[in-house]
Amino acid sequence: MNMIVTPASPATPNGTTRPQVRIVIVGHVDHGKSTLVGRLLHETGSLPDGKLEMLKAVSARRGMPFEWSFLLDALQTERDQGITIDTTQIRFRTNSRDIVLIDAPGHAEFLRNMITGASQADGAVLIIDALEGVRDQTRRHGYLLHLLGVKQVAIVVNKMDRVDFSAERFKEISDEISAHLNGLGVKPTAVIPISARDGDGVAMRTDRISWYKGPTVVEALDALEPARPLEALALRLPVQAIYKFDDRRIVAGRIESGSLIAGDEIVIMPAGKIAKIKTVESWPATPVAGRQGAGRSVGITLDRELFIERGDIVAHAGSAPRETRRLRARIFWLHDKPLAKGDQLLVRCGPKESRATVVAIEKAVDPGELSSSENKAIGRNHVGEIDISLSNPIATDPYTENPRTGRLVIEVSGRIAGGGLVLSVDAGQRAVPVDIVPVESALRPDERSARYQHNGAVVWLTGLPASGKSTLAKALERRLFTNGGSPILLDGDTLRAGLNSDLGFSTADRSENIRRLAEVATHLARNGHIAIVAAVSPAREDRAAARRIADTAFREIHVATPAEVCEDRDPKGHYKKARAGALASFTGIGNDYEAPQAAELVIDTSTRTVAEAADEIEQMLKNTGVLFDEAVDLAANI
Amino acid sequence: MDHLDQLEAQSIYIFREAFARLKKIALLWSLGKDSNVMIWLARKAFFGRVPFPALHVDTGKKFPEMYRFRDHYGKEWDLDLRVEPCPPIDAVDPTLPPAARSAARKTEGLKMALGKFGFDGLIAGIRRDEEATRAKERVFSPRGLEGNWDVRDQPPEFWDHFNASPPQGAHLRIHPILHWTEADIWAYTKRENIPIIPLYLAKDGKRYRSLGDQDITNPVASTASNIDEILIELEQTKVPERAGRALDHETEDAFERLRVAGYL
Repeated sequence: MNMIVTPASPATPNGTTRPQVRIVIVGHVDHGKSTLVGRLLHETGSLPDGKLEMLKAVSARRGMPFEWSFLLDALQTERDQGITIDTTQIRFRTNSRDIVLIDAPGHAEFLRNMITGASQADGAVLIIDALEGVRDQTRRHGYLLHLLGVKQVAIVVNKMDRVDFSAERFKEISDEISAHLNGLGVKPTAVIPISARDGDGVAMRTDRISWYKGPTVVEALDALEPARPLEALALRLPVQAIYKFDDRRIVAGRIESGSLIAGDEIVIMPAGKIAKIKTVESWPATPVAGRQGAGRSVGITLDRELFIERGDIVAHAGSAPRETRRLRARIFWLHDKPLAKGDQLLVRCGPKESRATVVAIEKAVDPGELSSSENKAIGRNHVGEIDISLSNPIATDPYTENPRTGRLVIEVSGRIAGGGLVLSVDAGQRAVPVDIVPVESALRPDERSARYQHNGAVVWLTGLPASGKSTLAKALERRLFTNGGSPILLDGDTLRAGLNSDLGFSTADRSENIRRLAEVATHLARNGHIAIVAAVSPAREDRAAARRIADTAFREIHVATPAEVCEDRDPKGHYKKARAGALASFTGIGNDYEAPQAAELVIDTSTRTVAEAADEIEQMLKNTGVLFDEAVDLAANI
Repeated sequence: MDHLDQLEAQSIYIFREAFARLKKIALLWSLGKDSNVMIWLARKAFFGRVPFPALHVDTGKKFPEMYRFRDHYGKEWDLDLRVEPCPPIDAVDPTLPPAARSAARKTEGLKMALGKFGFDGLIAGIRRDEEATRAKERVFSPRGLEGNWDVRDQPPEFWDHFNASPPQGAHLRIHPILHWTEADIWAYTKRENIPIIPLYLAKDGKRYRSLGDQDITNPVASTASNIDEILIELEQTKVPERAGRALDHETEDAFERLRVAGYL
């Protein structure tokens, strides 16, 4: 091995001072991605010594002709199946670029791996078999490149040797794919005829493609630009965590766009609190000089103590992101179960997470199909536009204004199930946040918890009229109070006499009634009280809305006393009146009560005493972390 | 921002995500060049303090220089160091080739440490450029209840959103320097003046490019006696980094079998 040769220029971190670009090669299965990669490595002199010989020997031993793709199929499992399972990364050099090549699988089964690979790329090569032409996975990958924000796309038409290097066939394919991509707003940087197996068009323009005047693949890669940090845009510093390791209180995160410096006036979204950056912290403790720009992971301290949490966004006053509980997104979906209207999800925008409900689905299509027939739900590996309603307000930007913060992922059961771009942010009827500066309580939640021996919660009793909701609510209230807690009863009828006196019994008014109950109860819960709500609340969607408002504090109890027992009890005489036709819109004698499907607790009061039912509720509150057990680890609840 | 700044910022982001989203994590400190860079990055991420334990799963067969390094810098860097032993060789799958079997002790030791402390996340210093199966890793990589890796069913991971919800009883591997190369590690070590074990530098025409157990790691021919010379050497060489690691070369799939079973 010839080692210490003094190079012409000194070695720098990535070998040279040249830009590094990350490339993904995508396309339909068997159109020759791995072959192209193998060929590229060979043509650029990037193969380790002996690798080619080793693989040729392995092929011979297996009685197979050597294939360039074997280079990548390093895993035994892949060789057995003959398909690339996952994203691998390979490095090589062209004249002026260091290339990190991400090989992504073409098999539809592994679309999540294609997305994982392509999401890291600055540019893409979309490969098409000259014989087979544009296929469903070609179109799907083209669409996903657009959704993933990969703008530099070079097309290679491979296996030209199989079509006798026909310029006509090349033009046919070139026209078809260019039209498809142009429709998505993606303009190919080059369309190149090649034979990856023989080498034509990869690093050299051979005689067989003498009619082609454009760049080779290597030249096209050489022209790609690395991604640039978004310093020119407005400041967005999503908060990853607040650290209090010593007497400093450091707000830590990565600057996604814009820049900051000590002394800047900032606003913290979504709450809209205002502060000034006191210091930019670092370790080792050398002073941080100058503005810190996009891409940096930083830690800042502020000139005042504010309640800030993970997921908040630090921005400059005057150019803050919008606060919203509702947004529209264009997404791709990877989960087995199609995404449908009404589905409950977890949405992540940067470090911020919020539970969410799909309110509407539009333009759900299979991007691989030519004629895109629209569906009601978004199937696996399909795309669509969705409206989502969020249980917590989040601060975000439309994708067109900020490609870093204007995107989201969707989680189902703790696993990423989809992702996409924020198309628009609907600030709705909520006031502009800078006009509202909520005054925060002087007390911290843990101070109250320590006194009451419980966390704040919304205990929501739903059930038919006369099912026993109010009786149970009062028994629970008494018991919690006796134990030193702070329960507060919110009875639907009582609130209708005051706060909700403007509301009737139309569907819309009932929904608004529930929303107000939930908002009041949630406010109490956030301040450490246990709000006990007794309300028929017959509509499932209304209760789901209440759960979104109260979020993790919500505990639903279905008081499931049989209808005939309720009607028999009839303490307020409502059933009698309703039967006589004197009480319109009465829930109970029709079929208009929608029972909960996943309540935290179900209680039938016809088969147990009030005390027994209260025991069960108490146990549920203990099991779900509301009530503390005897040996309290307070620290765990802070 | 230069190339190293970008790598550093990305690693710090990953460290902070792991610390925010998991309950009980530890950093696997193998004492090698990569895990020392990791500790450095963790101190940067958390402003000087590593807020979780550094776990050394000790085969008992490391080089004496490595033990000296551990004892010295464990104190100097104020690490919460936990040293956990590995089981004897008899307890390990006898169908593995000898070197792989020896290395598999570490997997068993790791499983025992996991059971003992109940970590839900382990931070490991593997890199994509080291080895083909590592190239397929996710940054947050779920492990099964037995610590195993299911390469066929890896969750999607994009835009720095990580799957951080391991099932009850299982754990995640977190790879904060997955995107670094061997040359990046050395350039950063030099820039930040991070201490190294002298075995990496050439002596009598040989040096170690990768450090493992004494009996299954061999030096490579080299005259690189400082980091600048190592960087120049890496520019020229076509010999893979793990060439000196016996366990990679016993059979075509020995390394993959180890990784599927939970090896780093």
